[in-house]
Amino acid sequence: MYLSTVSRPVADEPGSGPRRRRFAMVSGNVVALGTVSLITDVSAEMVAAVLPLYLVLGLHLSPVAFGVLDGVHTGATALLRVVGGFAADRFRRRKVIAGVGYALSAVAKLGLLLAGRSIPAIGAVIAVDRIGKGVRSAPRDALITLSTPPEALGRAFGVHRAMDSVGAFLGPLAAFAVLLVVGQSYDAVFVTSFCIAALAVVVLVLFVREQPSGEAGGETDDPKVSVREAFGLLRVGPARRLVLAAAMLGLATIGDGFVYLLLQRRMDLGLRWFPLLAVGTSLAYLLLAAPLGVLADRIGRLPVVIGGYTALGVTYLLLAGPVDGWPLIVLALTLYGAFYAATDGVLIALAGPVLPARVRTTGIALVQTGQALAYLVSSVLFGLAWQAWGPENAIRVAAVAVAGVLVGTLLLLASPSRLTTWKVPR
Amino acid sequence: MTAMSTRAKLGVVVASAVLLGTVAAGYAATAAQAPAAPPPAGGEQAVTLAPGPRLLAITDRHVSTVAATDPAGPRTVAGLECLRVYAAAGTGVCLKPETAWSYQVVVLDATLRQTRAVSVPGLPNRARVSASGRMVSWTTFVGGDSYTSSGFSTRTGILDTRTGATVASLEEFAITRDGRGYRSADVNYWGVTFSADDNRFYATMATGGRRYLVRGDLAARTVETLKENVECPSLSPDGTRLAFKEAVDADPAKGWRLSVLDLSSMRVTATAEVRSVDDQAAWLDGGTLAYTLRRDDGQPDVWTVPADGSGAPTLVIPGAESPSPLT
Repeated sequence: MYLSTVSRPVADEPGSGPRRRRFAMVSGNVVALGTVSLITDVSAEMVAAVLPLYLVLGLHLSPVAFGVLDGVHTGATALLRVVGGFAADRFRRRKVIAGVGYALSAVAKLGLLLAGRSIPAIGAVIAVDRIGKGVRSAPRDALITLSTPPEALGRAFGVHRAMDSVGAFLGPLAAFAVLLVVGQSYDAVFVTSFCIAALAVVVLVLFVREQPSGEAGGETDDPKVSVREAFGLLRVGPARRLVLAAAMLGLATIGDGFVYLLLQRRMDLGLRWFPLLAVGTSLAYLLLAAPLGVLADRIGRLPVVIGGYTALGVTYLLLAGPVDGWPLIVLALTLYGAFYAATDGVLIALAGPVLPARVRTTGIALVQTGQALAYLVSSVLFGLAWQAWGPENAIRVAAVAVAGVLVGTLLLLASPSRLTTWKVPR
Repeated sequence: MTAMSTRAKLGVVVASAVLLGTVAAGYAATAAQAPAAPPPAGGEQAVTLAPGPRLLAITDRHVSTVAATDPAGPRTVAGLECLRVYAAAGTGVCLKPETAWSYQVVVLDATLRQTRAVSVPGLPNRARVSASGRMVSWTTFVGGDSYTSSGFSTRTGILDTRTGATVASLEEFAITRDGRGYRSADVNYWGVTFSADDNRFYATMATGGRRYLVRGDLAARTVETLKENVECPSLSPDGTRLAFKEAVDADPAKGWRLSVLDLSSMRVTATAEVRSVDDQAAWLDGGTLAYTLRRDDGQPDVWTVPADGSGAPTLVIPGAESPSPLT
């Protein structure tokens, strides 16, 4: 009943209203997960928007101290993400694990109130928030794949990511509204953020379903997933190639900060407009996520992912290239947003059907972790390249790296015998 | 699986939303701070930046002055809201809120009249005026654009009030580190102090996890490193010494020791202040440093300590921050 997915015939029907149809074409579970993500992102971005103000002006902490407390939680988060993914598979409780992740992040908002001016306490609270974020994403994405027929996965992820970014967009506005009403009380922003995050958990508990249609992996008399089976994924050809490809793709990304910094230097852009660069990218991402997801279902996910990384490579070239002024900004941010829209959800849509349902959450966690760790490496490498060769040459090298990564990805994922595995059944 | 109908679930969601909304609104209502007390009557007229035996400082986010001979005594508070302030030779600089999110650098004349304003990114951190009153500098913290998306970066700018020439960020300057050219995306500057010629300056440059004292040349647009682990330098009136904060064991996480560097011998003398000072000190005279310290609850006080390592810290202006002599 809740699986309101309508398959191809509707898409071929030209007449009816396209807006209604898009939502009618993703399952209720995806809409529920999208709503949870939207509400949670409002909550998260509220805090992200005021945290610097709070630490510097509210607590009078030195930013150097903040840099220290920020620490290197990435490794721990990566490990926990995989552990969470495995637990979700083993106990067949993807919803519960995702819920724990959302709840942890909600509680962290209250933790900020209790942490006071203690730097270690604030560091711990921020760590809890990130752990929550790390733990929930793989089970959430696994639920999306399990609630959607394989041929509609691109659309489902597109709609989910679009809803997610709407929340990210609204968050800073919500924080601004709270501060406008209560003055300099950052506490009120945290409490409001907690309440919004708690509401997201309520929506998750009530509306998100664990086993959408009794499909594979849902039978209780199946033996439980063992560690061996889950990580045996890395020994199986297709899954291993996926994780490798994801890590390689992660190597192609140098990070938002560098991209915006280069853009700002090229443009000699007033420094206070800097934050708007991220807004421009998010806008492009938000608008393009769903259409590109639909496109991925039509022409195949691999071409769209490849197209996304091509957009990334062109963005890099633009940063070193001939275009200048407003055309550069508009073009670069649109392409950069398109890169996110064409790769973030679509990559998981591509991975989902390849991973057996029993160990799918672990598989998705491995893919995401591989990508995240590789990105960390590449951002450090890019920093070194900048030092050694200067920004223009470094970004040209990055563009060349994107091309290399694309060739590698094609070799890994697109050999004809495997293509059938990925290709969407028509 | 569950017996609840969609309508019942929606009811629960709406009820939760109302409940949580009430909690948030209730908390906001109690947390909303009472508006700041209005400045004392006639305060606006009374605060002036004209040189004299007074100290300038910020009290409850407002510009204020006290008598140098009785700093804990009666305070004159102006209506002008600033988060950092500094003045010299009748020129003032104030880092002032523009909106709830943004700040501007405002140049003031001796009567607190605004002569220039520059919108700056980020949150106020440091402000300085050269001894002649001609050069103005500021540092702000900028969040979110650091390339590892962690922590803060800083922006430090300089304005020549005579020509209007502005350096939006020192990051544009060419760097010589340990005698060799250097560049990196992660370079940050903070805490400028000007020498008497209004061209040379000192500042902190951070890159690759290290913090350097740099000497800069505005006209040549260059900086060169002089020494490691020197932050927030402040040049003495005679130009021979730099007061600065020295990270304990070269690790800012362990706090900072307020110290003085002799520029001819490059020898460092720690002051008698043993608490962690996170401030760019101000020289009240050739031998006394003033700085802000915060109590456990975050409330600021202005303290002084002799620059030669002798004596002991003295609390001079309770409940104030950002001290500056009016010279």
